[in-house]
Amino acid sequence: MKTILSSATKTVVIGPDEPFVVIGERINPTNRKKLAEELRRFDFSRVKSDAVAQVEAGARMLDVNAGIPGADEPGMLKGAVLAVMEVTDAPISIDSSTPEALEAALPAYKGKALVNSVTGEDEVLERLLPLIKKYGAAVIGIANDDTGISNDPQVRFRIARKIVERAADHGIPRENVLIDPLCMPIGANHEFGRITFETMRLIRDGLGVNMSVGAGNVGFGLPDRPPLTASFILLGMQAGLTASITNSLDPEIYKMTLAGDLMLGRDPFGKRWNAHFRRGSASKAHARPASPPGPPAASPAPTA
Amino acid sequence: MSHDDLYQRMADSVITGEAETSAALARQSLELGIAPLESIDNGFVKGIRVVGDRFGAGELFLPELVMSAEAMKAALAILEPELAKSAVARESQGSVLACTVQGDIHDIGKRIVCTMLSANGFTVVDLGVNVKIDRFVEEVKARKPDIVAMSALLTTTAPNQGKVIKLLQRDGIRDQYIVMVGGAPTSLQWSRDIGADGYGENATEAVRVAKELMARKRARPAPQPQAAAPVSAFGDAAGSTVAAVQTTAD
Repeated sequence: MKTILSSATKTVVIGPDEPFVVIGERINPTNRKKLAEELRRFDFSRVKSDAVAQVEAGARMLDVNAGIPGADEPGMLKGAVLAVMEVTDAPISIDSSTPEALEAALPAYKGKALVNSVTGEDEVLERLLPLIKKYGAAVIGIANDDTGISNDPQVRFRIARKIVERAADHGIPRENVLIDPLCMPIGANHEFGRITFETMRLIRDGLGVNMSVGAGNVGFGLPDRPPLTASFILLGMQAGLTASITNSLDPEIYKMTLAGDLMLGRDPFGKRWNAHFRRGSASKAHARPASPPGPPAASPAPTA
Repeated sequence: MSHDDLYQRMADSVITGEAETSAALARQSLELGIAPLESIDNGFVKGIRVVGDRFGAGELFLPELVMSAEAMKAALAILEPELAKSAVARESQGSVLACTVQGDIHDIGKRIVCTMLSANGFTVVDLGVNVKIDRFVEEVKARKPDIVAMSALLTTTAPNQGKVIKLLQRDGIRDQYIVMVGGAPTSLQWSRDIGADGYGENATEAVRVAKELMARKRARPAPQPQAAAPVSAFGDAAGSTVAAVQTTAD
């Protein structure tokens, strides 16, 4: 199943036979005091520089969140979406569960947006699905409801199915629903990884929809988080994960998604893997112009 | 074995997170006729304090904190029933009623804060997640804690912290409680805006602020004036890893 998102000039396809889609998570004022202060003043310069930096680092979509408790989220979200559209052609994941904010941002967006997110709660679904339908957007549905987050993959699967079915009732086709199978901090419970991967397999085999997860959460409370995020994504890819809202600025995480694509047959002839390497070499050579040009010295013969 | 050796082993069992050892030592102490309170204060609590300090300093990590909290729980499960039989009450830094607010199911950050508060001698009742506003206010009235602590991890649920405060004001009981708030989208400014007394950027800060507010309360037993500025502090960079859990997918 293919989920198609777009900006005014660019289309991104999410699907099991497509390259993994990294959705940059950086434009979010939570735990970012300076960004929060700027957003309150409707100053979007940092939003713009974050957008450019993430796209350069490999993000093919950008999540935009302007939620600050007590502040003018509709105005800030619309402003941030417009700012991102000014500087990149990456399709946007509009990150809000507030109808007023979505009503402000969705009509301002040029293209087909992703809305992040709904849960399986009836009240949330009835509040947001009509808006998503109205603007022809796609949506992320998180596999939890008012009973909380279940540790039983079957329960998460049933909530995912409910979201897909409820979306269909509102005229939103299945390909426009991505499920978030929920990434919980593995430091709190060592079973959390296994539970999520099993949930992914159930959703892939039972619903066939695309999935996106906020992978950075997995390493909360643990040292050396980037390899944990990267391996969570990689294991997820094998279980049906097709996108992730994550830290695209960490080179190890992005590189691992490219490696995963190559391993799973989504990078014919290793074109993207090689291009990424060459881009890295080029910028290194650029950074050290003193290194001598020409072919590298012959490697020593391998010892038998 | 002297009692001091036993107390040391109790502390060590919590530090290394060996729940079975903690439980065995607790049982052993009862067989030896040691008062439960002595074992708690001289043994297990000392261990969990070390764990709290090391976690706050970034030397211990979340799974280690979880293991230590389990060990502590295993020991208390054996000692507390005995303690309840005796007339001696455990001295407390203060009582805390905690929850994650209505509409919000984030648990782990709040649990860390509750563990750290318990480790520092507070008596904590954790009502869990997605606690309805009205129910929480009823629980506050019924349990009359010193501190009312609310966690929110979503921008859409943080306003529920303010709604609880409004209800306490409506019922004329706001001044009877210290109200503390926390969670990724909240801030010192936010705590001021909604009329809370304190804000902790992370679990270490939450403990420090809770102690400070309790000291203030004890120094002035009369209800606190509304104008009291919220207590907070920044700059404990080592503790920032303890900040509440946040997922951007939310």
